Amino acid sequence: MSAILSISGLTKTYASGLQALKKVDLEIRKGEIFALLGPNGAGKTTLISIVCGIVTASSGTVVADGHDIVRDYRDARMKIGLVPQELTTDTFETVWATVTLSRGLFGRAPNPALVEKVLRDLSLWDKRKDKIMTLSGGMKRRVMIAKALAHEPSILFLDEPTAGVDVELRRDMWAMVRRLRDEGVTVILTTHYIDEAEEMADRIGVIRKGELILVEEKATLMRKLGRKQMTLQLQEPMQAIPEGLSDWNLTLRDGGHGLEYSFDVHEEKSGIPELLRRMGELGIGFKDLNTEQSSLEDIFVSLVSTRTESAS
Amino acid sequence: MRFNRHGVWAIYHFELARFRRTVWQSLMTPVITTSLYFIVFGAAIGSRMSEVNGVPYGAFIVPGLIMLSLFTESIFNASFGIYFPKFTGTIYEILSAPVSPAEIVLAYVGAAATKSMLIGSVILLTANFFVPVQILHPFWMVAFLILTAVTFSLFGFIIGVWAKGFEQLQVIPMLIVTPLTFLGGAFYSIDMLPPAWRTFSLFNPIVYLISGFRWSFYGESDVAIEVSLLATLGFFGLCLLVVGWIFKSGYRLKN
Ligand SMILES: Nc1ncnc2c1ncn2[C@@H]1O[C@H](COP(=O)(O)OP(=O)(O)O)[C@@H](O)[C@H]1O
Ligand SMILES: [Mg+2]
Repeated sequence: MSAILSISGLTKTYASGLQALKKVDLEIRKGEIFALLGPNGAGKTTLISIVCGIVTASSGTVVADGHDIVRDYRDARMKIGLVPQELTTDTFETVWATVTLSRGLFGRAPNPALVEKVLRDLSLWDKRKDKIMTLSGGMKRRVMIAKALAHEPSILFLDEPTAGVDVELRRDMWAMVRRLRDEGVTVILTTHYIDEAEEMADRIGVIRKGELILVEEKATLMRKLGRKQMTLQLQEPMQAIPEGLSDWNLTLRDGGHGLEYSFDVHEEKSGIPELLRRMGELGIGFKDLNTEQSSLEDIFVSLVSTRTESAS
Repeated sequence: MRFNRHGVWAIYHFELARFRRTVWQSLMTPVITTSLYFIVFGAAIGSRMSEVNGVPYGAFIVPGLIMLSLFTESIFNASFGIYFPKFTGTIYEILSAPVSPAEIVLAYVGAAATKSMLIGSVILLTANFFVPVQILHPFWMVAFLILTAVTFSLFGFIIGVWAKGFEQLQVIPMLIVTPLTFLGGAFYSIDMLPPAWRTFSLFNPIVYLISGFRWSFYGESDVAIEVSLLATLGFFGLCLLVVGWIFKSGYRLKN
């Protein structure tokens, strides 16, 4: 698939001297949902702000749908919609006025029917004449999404769209993102909620301290790094793992009542039958057994912490 | 050269909507203040004043009054117009939109100048009820009105970009523009001053603006009309340069 957004060698050093991005290269494919995952301060917002024209890059280039974001900023920006992280709205204006403003700002001729559709899709139609300051936080966030969609962008950035958002809006938002993808819009979202990336994204990029440390298909990533845990509830608690079981990657849990075996789901052999057989030979009984697949969260944590260790 | 006319119109329209919502306050204030000026200066004091250069005192102060309003309203509207989105953070949208700096300035300055010219016209109409206002050079009157409104709106835009707090929005109008206007012959002819003060006044740029505007009404001026026009254009050019520099350097707008 072709790239709709190409970022190459992007760096940003703020006036304070802080280097927020370090030579970031990234290609976003047309029509995908891409999740940029990273802890606070990793540089996610900085990256988005550069692409959208709010922050000036120190070096590097960004091409959006064939248009350089600096040289050809008008064409590039018309394609891009942004829902920023912060809730910033025109408090004293009506929903209708602020969404209409956005459409015009992005160079589109007035189109009340389209604005109506956007507002209806976001359950904002009944509120169109209300001043924004009278709306709840969740509604304000919907207004910001409506503003970003008013000019029919083909690339949509959602910067931590569900931070501090209630369950209903979160669900609506995910549904909206899928609908947009079905309409051919490319969606790039940042988050530090792993489940969000896991649930939504086609591909995932992990950013840490201004460096993009990994970009991968979600499925591949899960497969590559996915580990499973099997926990055995022991009949008799154990002080230490017996010599005879040292071939397996075991940890004692629950004050010796639980025995956890961690294994890679993609190994040829899980080693479970052998483990259970050996335990039988050693006379170690268990009451219960359950397995758990590690989530993206675990992957993320292990990835970030491994890098931290190797860096220090 | 491309021009995002929808974008410019959207900002302009949005800015004027705020004005339209409060149109009564916005227009009643100048009507009332002007009336008060005429009751105090025109009737009470003006009746004891002789004519100034052959113009009755009440009528003489009309151009100065309009100018005073044009200055303060243009600066206030433009500085507030750009400062407010900076303050609330909604400026992100303007910075990320396909509008050029020149278009942003055109929209904000256009809206601010429109408002202040409306208010200036209301003052003129109100004054007409109290004193015999004459406009000898209507073309130049309108030209000075527009040029001044646009120039001071540009000036206000600069202040709005520069300001880091609401107090700073007030500082320059209050500490510099209003005093210079009062000392700049809004309510008297600088010919009435002692020679030393008169010379001193010529360093006050406002003198040239008011003098030119008054000339378009009564054909009388403190300084030559060409000099007034040049001074007004000069200030306009200076503001344009500063605004151009702000956008080129991203000063206080972008990181
Ligand atoms: N305007 C700014 N001036 C200086 N430093 C900044 C500015 N904005 C962000 N930073 C710094 O850049 C780093 C990356 O920030 P940001 O892009 O907001 O991260 P994220 O969105 O991943 O939380 C942080 O260390 C942050 O403190
Ligand atoms: Mg952020």
